[in-house]
Amino acid sequence: MSKLCTLSDAVSRLIHNGDTVYLAGFTHLIPFAVGHEIIRQGKKNLTLARATPDLIYDQMAAAGCARKIIFSYMGNPGVGSLKVLRRMLEAGQLEWEEYSHFGMITRLQAGAAGLPFLPMNLTAAPDLERVNPNYKRLTDPYTGREVMALPPLNPDVAVVHVQRADEHGNAQIWGILGEQKEAAFAAERVIVTAEEIVPEEVIRSDPNRTIIPEFIVDAVCHVPYCAHPSYTQGYYDRDNAFYLEWDRISESDEAVQDYLKEWVYGVRDRAEYWEKLGEETHRRLAVSPRYAAPVNYGEY
Amino acid sequence: MDTAYTSSELMIINAARLLRDGDVVFVGVGIPNLACNLARRTHAPNLYMIYEAGVIGARPNRLPLSIGDPTLVSGAAAVCSMYDIFTLYLQRGNVDVGFLGGAQIDRFGNINATVIGDYAHPKVRLPGSGGSMEIAAWANRCYIMTPHQKRRFPERVDFHTSAGFLSGKGERQASGVRGKGPQAVVTNLGILEPDENGELILTALHAGATVEMARENTGWALKVAPSLRITEPPTAEELRILREELDPQGIYR
Repeated sequence: MSKLCTLSDAVSRLIHNGDTVYLAGFTHLIPFAVGHEIIRQGKKNLTLARATPDLIYDQMAAAGCARKIIFSYMGNPGVGSLKVLRRMLEAGQLEWEEYSHFGMITRLQAGAAGLPFLPMNLTAAPDLERVNPNYKRLTDPYTGREVMALPPLNPDVAVVHVQRADEHGNAQIWGILGEQKEAAFAAERVIVTAEEIVPEEVIRSDPNRTIIPEFIVDAVCHVPYCAHPSYTQGYYDRDNAFYLEWDRISESDEAVQDYLKEWVYGVRDRAEYWEKLGEETHRRLAVSPRYAAPVNYGEY
Repeated sequence: MDTAYTSSELMIINAARLLRDGDVVFVGVGIPNLACNLARRTHAPNLYMIYEAGVIGARPNRLPLSIGDPTLVSGAAAVCSMYDIFTLYLQRGNVDVGFLGGAQIDRFGNINATVIGDYAHPKVRLPGSGGSMEIAAWANRCYIMTPHQKRRFPERVDFHTSAGFLSGKGERQASGVRGKGPQAVVTNLGILEPDENGELILTALHAGATVEMARENTGWALKVAPSLRITEPPTAEELRILREELDPQGIYR
C-alpha cells in the first residue's frame, strides 16, 4: 500500500497538539522542513524530545509550539548554546526533563524494544539522579551490585528523514545513524521524509541498508533538501555557516521572529525555501560523489 | 610564519602531546577536536578517532565544526548507532581517552556543564551532559582543556555533570566506574594533574607563566608539584599544521 502524501498532509493528520514528538537525528538528517511545517500549522503544547535538540527546537520553541523539552545536550554543536531554549529555561517559560546522551538513548532503546527499562552502569555523578526522579537505582539480581534504570521513551510521533525510501515506507540511511531506528520503533506513529522516492526493487537490492521497514511507517513524504541547514550524507553538505549565523540571530527574540517570518511563515513549503536560499548557497552545499564499492548479495 | 601563538593554540598543542600513538580517542567538539587531529598529523599517526555521533576511525579532510559533520563519515572505518557507541565501545571499555570540557572544574576534577546557580532556577543554563557523564566514568583516562580563570576553577562545582575524583580518589575508586578519571587539565598557563589523593595540583607551567599567575586564577589553594616543569613551546610545524591545515579560517585562534 502506498503511504505517499504531502508533508503538509502528514503533519496535519499525524501530529496533534499536546503530542510528544521526536524529530530524530544526531546532527545528520535533521528534518528541519518538518519542524517548519509544524510551526506553519501552529501546533501547540508539544513535548519536544531529542538527545540533541539542535536549532530546529530553538525555532519551534520560539514559535510557541513547545510546552516541554526532553534532552541530553541542549547546544549548537561546536558553536555554543541554543540561546532561545536557554533563555526560556532561565526564565522558567518551558518545562524540561534532562538526561545524559546514554540515558536518553537507553530510554529510546527500551521503548523500541517494548521493555520497562534497560540497565545502565553507574557513573559516579549523582546530581542528575538528584534532580530527575526518573533515575532509579536497582540491585543487579545476579551480583548484588547497583545499576541504573530509566523508564522507556515512547513518543507519540517520530519523524525520520532518510536518503531514500519506497512508497510503502521501507527506508534506507547511510552516514551517521544517530538514534533514527530506535526513535521510529519506539514511537506510536512514524513519518518518513525522503530525499528520493525509489522503486521497491532499489530497496530490495540492498536490504542491509534498510533501517525502517514499511509496516511501522504511517506516512512517506518526498521532501528534497528537508534537512538544510543540517545535511543528508552524499546529497548536500552541512551549512556550517548558518549554524554560526544562528548563534548571532538567536541572541535577540526580535531577530528570531524576523527569521521565522521570512524563512518559515514566508514560504509555502520546502521547495520554495530551497529556491529562496539561492544558487550561491546551492553551489556552496553541493557535494561531489564518492561511491561505496558495490556488494554482492548473490542470486539464490 | 608568525611564531607568536594564542592561548588556545598553546592549549591545543599541549593537549595533543598528551595523546599516545595507537590511542582510541573519543573526540569532542571544538578545541579537543583540533588537538586530536594535530596529534594524528604529528607524533600519533595511528591515533584512532571515534566520535559519540557513532563514527569509528574517522579521517576527516577538513575541520569539522561539529562532531556530526559528513567529512567524518566519508572514508571512516565504520559507523554505528548512538546506542552502540555508548555500550559496545564506551561502557565495554574500548575507549582509551575522553576529552572533556565544562564551565567549571573543581579541586578534584569534577566538571559542571549543566547549570550555574540553582538547578531549578538557573542563573546560567548550560548545554548539559551530552556524552560527558558516561565518558568521564568509562573512558580509561580523560583530559580537560580550559582557560585558566578563577570562575572556571571553583573549590566546588555547582553541579556534578561528570565525575572527577568526587571528594578524593578513594571515593571514585569505590564507586565502581572503570575509568581512571581526569589525568590532566591543560590551561593557557600550564598543566594540572591529580596527586595521590585526586586533588589537582600544578605540575607544569608554559613559558612566561608563573606560579603566582596560576594561584591567582584558581579558586582553591593550589598546590605546586615539587617537580614543576616548563612545557616546550609550540613548534613552527605544530603551528603551521594548526593554521594551514586544520583551522584555516582561524575559528579557534
